[in-house]
Amino acid sequence: MIAESGHYALVLALGLALIQSIVPLIGARLRDAALMNVARSTALAQLLFVGASFVALVMLHVNSDFSVANVYENSHSMKPLLYKITGVWGNHEGSMLLWVSILALFGGLVAAFGNNLPLSLRAHVLAVQAWVASAFYLFILVTSNPFLRIANPPIEGRDLNPVLQDIGLAVHPPMLYLGYVGFSISFSFAIAALMEGRIDAAWARWVRPWTLVAWIFLTLGIAMGSYWAYYELGWGGWWFWDPVENASLMPWLSGTALLHSALVMEKRNALKVWTILLSILTFSLSLLGTFLVRSGVITSVHAFATDPTRGVFILLILCLFIGGSLSLFAGRATSLKQGGLFAPISREGALVLNNLLLTVACAVVLFGTLYPLAMEMLADFKMSVGAPFYNLTFAPLFVLLLLAVPFGPMLAWKRGDLLGVTQRLLAAGVTGLVAVAIVWGWARGGSALAPLAIGLGVFVIAGAVTDIVERTGLVRLPFATVLHRARGLPRSAWGTAFAHAGLGVALIGIVCETTWNSEHIATMKQNDVAQIAGFDVKLDGLLQRQGPNFREMIAQFNVSRDGETLSVMTPSKRSFTTRGSSTTEAALLTRGASQLYISLGDANAEGAIAVRIYYKPMVLMIWWGPVLMAFGGVLSLSDRRLRVGAPKPARAKQRLQPAE
Amino acid sequence: MTLWFVFALMTVAAIFAVLLPLGRNGRAQAQGSEVAVYKDQLAEVDRDLAAGLIPAPDAEAARVEISRRLLAAAASEAALAPTSNLKWRRAAAVLALAGLPLVAIAIYMPLGSPKLQDFPLAQRERAPGKAQSLENLVEQVQQHLEKNPTDGRGWNVLAPVLQRLGRFDDAVRAYRNSLTYNGESAERRADLGEALSAAAGGVVTAEAKTEFERAHALDADDPKANYFLGLAAEQDGRKDDAANIWRALLAKAPADAPWRTLVQTSLVRVAGGTMPALSDETIAASKDMAEGDRNAMVRGMVDRLATRLKQNGDDVDGWLRLVRAYLVMGDRDKAAGASADARQAVASDAERLRQLNEGLKTLGLGG
Repeated sequence: MIAESGHYALVLALGLALIQSIVPLIGARLRDAALMNVARSTALAQLLFVGASFVALVMLHVNSDFSVANVYENSHSMKPLLYKITGVWGNHEGSMLLWVSILALFGGLVAAFGNNLPLSLRAHVLAVQAWVASAFYLFILVTSNPFLRIANPPIEGRDLNPVLQDIGLAVHPPMLYLGYVGFSISFSFAIAALMEGRIDAAWARWVRPWTLVAWIFLTLGIAMGSYWAYYELGWGGWWFWDPVENASLMPWLSGTALLHSALVMEKRNALKVWTILLSILTFSLSLLGTFLVRSGVITSVHAFATDPTRGVFILLILCLFIGGSLSLFAGRATSLKQGGLFAPISREGALVLNNLLLTVACAVVLFGTLYPLAMEMLADFKMSVGAPFYNLTFAPLFVLLLLAVPFGPMLAWKRGDLLGVTQRLLAAGVTGLVAVAIVWGWARGGSALAPLAIGLGVFVIAGAVTDIVERTGLVRLPFATVLHRARGLPRSAWGTAFAHAGLGVALIGIVCETTWNSEHIATMKQNDVAQIAGFDVKLDGLLQRQGPNFREMIAQFNVSRDGETLSVMTPSKRSFTTRGSSTTEAALLTRGASQLYISLGDANAEGAIAVRIYYKPMVLMIWWGPVLMAFGGVLSLSDRRLRVGAPKPARAKQRLQPAE
Repeated sequence: MTLWFVFALMTVAAIFAVLLPLGRNGRAQAQGSEVAVYKDQLAEVDRDLAAGLIPAPDAEAARVEISRRLLAAAASEAALAPTSNLKWRRAAAVLALAGLPLVAIAIYMPLGSPKLQDFPLAQRERAPGKAQSLENLVEQVQQHLEKNPTDGRGWNVLAPVLQRLGRFDDAVRAYRNSLTYNGESAERRADLGEALSAAAGGVVTAEAKTEFERAHALDADDPKANYFLGLAAEQDGRKDDAANIWRALLAKAPADAPWRTLVQTSLVRVAGGTMPALSDETIAASKDMAEGDRNAMVRGMVDRLATRLKQNGDDVDGWLRLVRAYLVMGDRDKAAGASADARQAVASDAERLRQLNEGLKTLGLGG
């Protein structure tokens, strides 16, 4: 009953999506309010039905109903409850259902909170959203149906891939999907604007909160994925330039560019064509990511199942939407009116530079991802494009970008004063140089570029601080006034500062980790001591333990420094009977931003065990950076300008202060 | 029936979602407009100016620009008045009323299985007797042991069943756990060794041999350990050692031990010698033997039959059994040889010869 109801709810959602993709468009053409409003109620009903369908699948997994093929293949009755739930999207069919659920969620949000949108724009946006949704409902029902049944249910399931039996699965995919799919809204807005022929500053304001939400989730999702890979895979690496990682990085790069260009469009009514194009490209890259991961073109832990019909189906969807939207764009772009003018040295100019660098960086990643695939398919020649390629191409672009970041927010709109800004950034520059000098004097070994890169990171953070200092008038004005101005500062200004500082923080983490990390690989017996980065790591012993659906071998390490015991670390190796595979659970000891990392290899007959110990200085800053960025995004989102339907604040007249 | 009722309710809800806005006749709706956005922007410029965030000339320039957009937006908005179109609304209503159920049924019917009931874990556990095959029982015991891995008795029960089901690797693990939680015993060590050699396809590996040696150390008279140690010796090519071990085993064995003949056959294989007749118990015991052991036993029986028939050739049924046995074992030459021997042996008696020839014909060896 649950299974079939869930299945039927999904079918009904498709039916509603089909109606939602036609009726509102007719309504918009006829300017009939009732027909246009059909978009709203169907979007909400669609959300209800997909939600019901998703909840049904979750219940089936929780109840271990092995008469459903998807549950049988990916669950096990002994699995802890958390993994029974997360296992819902730990497989191809379930994750696609999550994908459309989030798509419906965004559609429902636009329907529910889009009161500030003109009726026809909302109708168009929801109709386009329904096209995407219909395509994916069909895809799920035809090629990857999670509700298919088994007539004679087996007594026990096949269990979930052990690597995925981790808290990370509860967070990473939903976050990432909220990001990926969130960009569908800016895509729908772009197509709607092209169809309506109305693209102006107001459009940019309407689309900005949605883009920002998607960007925040994508940022967190990528960071979370990277941290998960870091602690679960047992190699201590946090970014591999793996095609699947790139697939999530590309929408992030173009989404970041979109966020900035929409700002220009909102404020100055300029860069309109470019912003529309970026909206289309960002979602296209999200779709491309879905295709690469889901079609089985790439084999990795993310490709749960490979089935050529699925690949062909997604490829069709991809061609339809990317091709269709780009043709529409080509047809309409020339008719768009040009907006405000600006000098090359200005806030707009800085944002154009930002867009230029981000899109080129995105193109580089796209090339690095697709070229090996193309070579393998066309020339039957296996190659891999890894860190060396990106260090030569991606890194210089980002260095340029980071150098420019502090200048952007300080330049005035229209015409900026580069010399003036440089003077004001002098303190930040000096801070950066001092950091270079200190690191140079203190550090031993490693690349000569590392201190420079750290100086750059410090410069970016100091620049963000300078921006806030300048705006609030700290140093120049009396403290009470400063406080007052700080409160009056738009939250988006704070958001900008935090997000930009986050870039600097992440950069410092990346440089420290890659330059000064140390590793110790050894086969250790009981009471053996390994020394790494001033720590003494002693193996106290090995013990066996029985988990709910696995057996694990735990190694107990005593970590001490200068004879003083700091902590006990217990990395383990789990073996899962049902799938006959094993995972390594690394143990992490956090000291400030640095971490000691121990993971286990195989044990040999004499009771000795292979152990990898890493010391990773400042490694946590790599993830603090994105968290700061996302926090900046949240601040920006809470800005009164973007709040939906917020009443105009009635503020007491303030005492005027002389400006500058 | 309830399922179809739920489906019907869901469909009605979906149709209702489409019809609801169509019914609200052109009521003026709150909607956003570009004008509102530009008014907000003007207010924002004022705020920034008041807070001293932007200088006055910049604010003035911004105001002029925004006002220009505001005017343009107001002009274009006035030109668009909402209309209402009854014909199209009816069409949309029909689409929802007829199209939605049709599409839903057309897609659901070929994909769904409305006749299948849910089958959650809780329900499965409450329904014994149903689909309680040996595999399922084993599965349940295994689940129980996953939760209570220290239940030594459980492992003791499970291990021989796994061994019989041919799941030798699992059996090995179960015997190991049985040893861990029930303590050492020669019998368990020997069982573990047997499972290990079965997993290795009947070869007594070094690992298995270690187990038999341990069992032997615990109880020098343990028959299984002794038998397999002999087998290990045979497989190593030390036939004399094997024969000695087995002879010692037979000497100590009680007369009614079911494995007696197995050891005797093995002994014959390595050392030659005479063979007593097979008792019924032995045949019954052979059913419980592993594949390799059973083959060895069958061979021994066949050899014995052949010897007996050479001494007393009058038994037509015996000859036919022998020929059939050779055929089953895939040894056609020996079968042909045996039928020739049989004809010679019974040639003096016409009646027996006829019986023999008929029998051979049914076996495909006539003429």
